[in-house]
Amino acid sequence: MRATSQLRLAALALVTATSLSAQTIAITGATILPVSGPRVENATIVMTNGRITAVGANVTIPADAQRIDGRGKWVTPGFINSATTLGLSEAGSPQFSGGYSDGSARGDSGIAASFEAWKGLNPANTYIAPSRQEGVTSVLVAPNGGMIGGKAALIDLVEATNAAAMVRKAPVVMVGQFSSPDGGQTNARAEFWAKWRTLIADVRAYQGRRAAFESGNTRDFATKQSELEALIPVVTGQLPLVLDVDRSTDILAAIDFAREMNLRIWLSGASEGWMVAREIAAARIPVFTGAMNNIPGSFDQLGQRQENAALLRAAGVTVVLIGNGPGDPGSFNVRNIRQEAGNAVAYGMLWDDALRAITLAPAEVMGVADRVGSLQVGRDANVVIWSGDPFEFASVAERVFVQGKEFTAKSRQQMLTERYLTLPPSYRRP
Amino acid sequence: MRPTPLLLALVAAGCASAPAATVPAQAPIPTSTTASPAPATPAAAATNLVPGAYSRPNADPFPSTYAPFPSRPTVIRNVNIFTAAGPLIRNGAILIQDGRIAAVGASVTAPDNAVVIDGAGKYVTPGLIDTHSHLGVYPAPGTAAHNDGNEATAPVTAHVWAEHSVWPQDPQFPRDLAGGTTTVQVLPGSANLIGGRSVTLKVVPSRSVQGMKFPGAPYGLKMACGENPKRVYANRGPSTRMANVAGYRSAWIGAEEYKRRWDKWLAKPEGDPPSRDLNNETLAEVLRGNILVHNHCYQADEMAQMIDIAKEFGYKIRSFHHGVEAYKIADILAREGISASIWSDWGGFKMEALDATKANVGLTHVAGARTIVHSDDASYSQRLNQEAAKSLAAARVAGLSISDEDAVRWITANPAWALGIESKVGTLEVGKNADIVLWSGNPFSVYTRAEKVWIDGAMLYDRLDPSQRWRTDFELGYVPNDGGNR
Repeated sequence: MRATSQLRLAALALVTATSLSAQTIAITGATILPVSGPRVENATIVMTNGRITAVGANVTIPADAQRIDGRGKWVTPGFINSATTLGLSEAGSPQFSGGYSDGSARGDSGIAASFEAWKGLNPANTYIAPSRQEGVTSVLVAPNGGMIGGKAALIDLVEATNAAAMVRKAPVVMVGQFSSPDGGQTNARAEFWAKWRTLIADVRAYQGRRAAFESGNTRDFATKQSELEALIPVVTGQLPLVLDVDRSTDILAAIDFAREMNLRIWLSGASEGWMVAREIAAARIPVFTGAMNNIPGSFDQLGQRQENAALLRAAGVTVVLIGNGPGDPGSFNVRNIRQEAGNAVAYGMLWDDALRAITLAPAEVMGVADRVGSLQVGRDANVVIWSGDPFEFASVAERVFVQGKEFTAKSRQQMLTERYLTLPPSYRRP
Repeated sequence: MRPTPLLLALVAAGCASAPAATVPAQAPIPTSTTASPAPATPAAAATNLVPGAYSRPNADPFPSTYAPFPSRPTVIRNVNIFTAAGPLIRNGAILIQDGRIAAVGASVTAPDNAVVIDGAGKYVTPGLIDTHSHLGVYPAPGTAAHNDGNEATAPVTAHVWAEHSVWPQDPQFPRDLAGGTTTVQVLPGSANLIGGRSVTLKVVPSRSVQGMKFPGAPYGLKMACGENPKRVYANRGPSTRMANVAGYRSAWIGAEEYKRRWDKWLAKPEGDPPSRDLNNETLAEVLRGNILVHNHCYQADEMAQMIDIAKEFGYKIRSFHHGVEAYKIADILAREGISASIWSDWGGFKMEALDATKANVGLTHVAGARTIVHSDDASYSQRLNQEAAKSLAAARVAGLSISDEDAVRWITANPAWALGIESKVGTLEVGKNADIVLWSGNPFSVYTRAEKVWIDGAMLYDRLDPSQRWRTDFELGYVPNDGGNR
C-alpha cells in the first residue's frame, strides 16, 4: 500500500501525546473563531489548567507555555452535537447482536419522565473517540420513545471511568413529542394533545397536594408518582421541555400548548418549521433541526426541505443544528455534525450562523454558555485546531482539547485501519 | 428526540433483505469495453440475444420504452472537467450533441447553434451512478401500502423483479436527479438469500417504470449474506449462516439442472419445450453470464465463502454490496475482479457492521479492487459526491495517497462497470451518452451543489430555473411549491 509516511508519523505522535492538562498551552499565529466575537487572524489562544486564559491578536504568552504553531490553522470551540444517544447504544439490537441499547425506557404508558438516560451511558463506547477526533467535544445525550422519553444531559467527551465524570449539566431538558399520537398511546392528535394538557394539569395538582396524595386523599392522576415528581421542574419552568414535531400545524399546536400551560419549550425536528417561521420566532422558541433532509418521508413531513434551518434562522429563530438525515447521526456518526453545518451553508445559512448553531447557540439554549461554546477567557478549554475550514471534508481536526486535555485514545476504527494498512504476518498465509 | 433513522430503515426496509427474481434471459450489453460477462453457452452465441432471449414465448416481457428527451447542442466552456477517464482538465470545454459527448478537451469546436454555457469556476463530472438504491420500491412517504422492496415470504425468491415494485411517482427520484445522480440500480431488499432481479433506471420522469429502464442494461440478481436472512427466517430457517450457505447452494443446484434441460432443448428444439420456472429462469441466466450478481455481504469471511460458491457453480460476482469489511480482503477482491460497493461512513448498527472504518473505501481502492461509494439510502444517494469526499479525506488521514480523479471514479466509472453499462456512461469520453453534471464548484466541497444535470444530452435539472423543475404527481397539492425547491 502507498502511504504518506509523514502523515502517519504525525498521527502516531498525536496518539502518543501525554496529558497536557496541567500545562499551559499556547496556540499561536492561528485564525481563531471565538464565535462570541469576530474571527481574529494571526491570533493566539492560551489554555492553562483546563481553562482559556487568553485569546486575541495581542497576547502575552507565558514563558513556560508549550507552544503550538497555529499558522495556517483554524481554531474553533469544540462542537456540540445536540441530539445524540452517544454512549447509550452499540452494535444494534441487544436481542440479536448482544450489544446494548439504553436510550429508551419502558416508562408508564408512554411517559418516562423520571428516566435519566445518561446514567446508563458507557464511557467505553467505541463511538465516542471518533466523534471527538472530528472535533465534537460535547453532546446532548437524550432518551427517545413514547410521549415523554425522559431527561437529557449534556456530557463532555472526556475520558472517564464512569458516566458521572463526563456530565457537564444534568438534566438539561425533558424530552417529549407532540406529533405522534401513537407514542402517547392515543389514536388522534386532538386526543393526544388533550392527554398532554391533562398530564400537565395533574402535575400541578399533585405538586399542590403532595401530602394528600401520600395519604391517598386525591383523585387519580394521569401517571404514577415518580413521573409526576419528575415533571414538577417542567411545570415550574425550571426545566425546559423539548418537543419533537414535524407538521406545521403540530408546531402551531405546540406553541399554543406551551403558552396556555405556561411551559418553556424548544422544538426538535420541525420539518415544516419554515412554513411557520414567523410564529416560532415570535414565540422565541429555539429549534433543533438539520440541513440534510428534503424527503417527504411521511404525511407529516411533506414540506421537509434542506433550507429549513436557514429559513428559520433568517426569520430570527435561534437554530441549533442537529443531524436529521440517515446514517445514524446521533450515535455512530455524531462526527458528521460538521457536514450538517456545511450543508446548512450550502442551503442558505450564513457561515457564522452555522458555526454558532453547533457551538454557542446550543450552549446558550442549554444554559452552559458560561463554560462551553465559545473561545473566551474563563471558559473551559474545549478547543479544536483544524487544518482549514472545519466544515470542509478535506479539513482535519488536528488537535482536540477537552477541558484543556488533549485526547490520547486511539479509536477502534483506527486500530482496525492500522492493522490492515499492512496485513499482519499471521494473516498473510493463504 | 427521535430514534436514529438508520436503524429504523434497516429493520423496516431497504438494506434488510432482497427478493430473488427469475425469468427470461438477459442479454449481455453489446460492445462492452471492460469485463462484461460473456455468453456462457453455444446456444447463447447462436441466438439473437435480447433481454430474455432464453425465455419462451416472450423474450423481453417488459422492454424499456425510454427515449432521450429533446436536447440542443450544448457547449460548456471554461470549466474544470473530471472526465473519470484521465486527469482533471482545467478550464476546458465539453460539447454535447445528439445526446452524446461530441468533444471534450482543452478547447472544442462547437456548431453555431450550440447553447453556450460559461463554466468559470465550476466543475463538470459524469452523471453520478448509484449501484444500491431502493427508490421506487421503498418510496416516500413511507407507508405499508408502498412497502414493496422485500418479498420476505421465502428465503429464495429469484422469481420476483424489483421493477414490478417501482412507483415512478416516488418524489425521491427528482431529488436524486437534483443531486447529480443520473442512473440508479434499484434492488430488492436483503431479507432473502436470493432476493430477486434488480433493474437499472435512468432518473427521469415517466408514467411507467419501462420509461425509466436503462436501454440495454443487464439485469442484476440480489443476493444477501449474514444476519438479515437468518434473522428474518429464524423460525423456519435458515436460522444460521451454515443454513444460509446451504440455501444458496441448493438454489444453484436446481438452476443448473434447469439450465441443462433448457440448453438441451435450445440446441435441438424439437417437441414440447421444458416447463418454465420463473425462479430458475433468472438463476440460469446468471449461470449463462447474462445477469450480474450483486451480493449484499458485510463480513470478509462470508465474502470469501461467497466467492467459493460462485466458483462451484461457475458464475461471477459483479459487486459485493455494503462490504464494511471489504478492506480486510481487498487483495482477494482485486484478484477475483469483484467490485466493492460500500458506504463512506456507516457502521456499528449491527454485529456484522461492527468493524466498519471510514478508511474502508481508501484501503479497498489502494489494494487494487474496483471501489464504489454507494448509498442504500434516498438521502445519501443525493450526495454521492459528499460521500466520496468523506472517503477521500479519511483515506488521506490514514496516509493513503489517492487522487481526486480516482475518487471521482468511485461514483461514476466504477459503478458503471458494476452495472454493466460502462460502454455507455460513467466517463466523459467522446461517443458516450451525455449524462453530465455541472457543479457550482469542486464536487468534493461541502458547499458545492449540482447546478445543471443532463441525461442523454437533455437538460433535465436546472437549479436556476425552478419553473421547469420535475415534480412527481404525488407532489402536486401535497408538497408546497417552495418545498419542492432543490
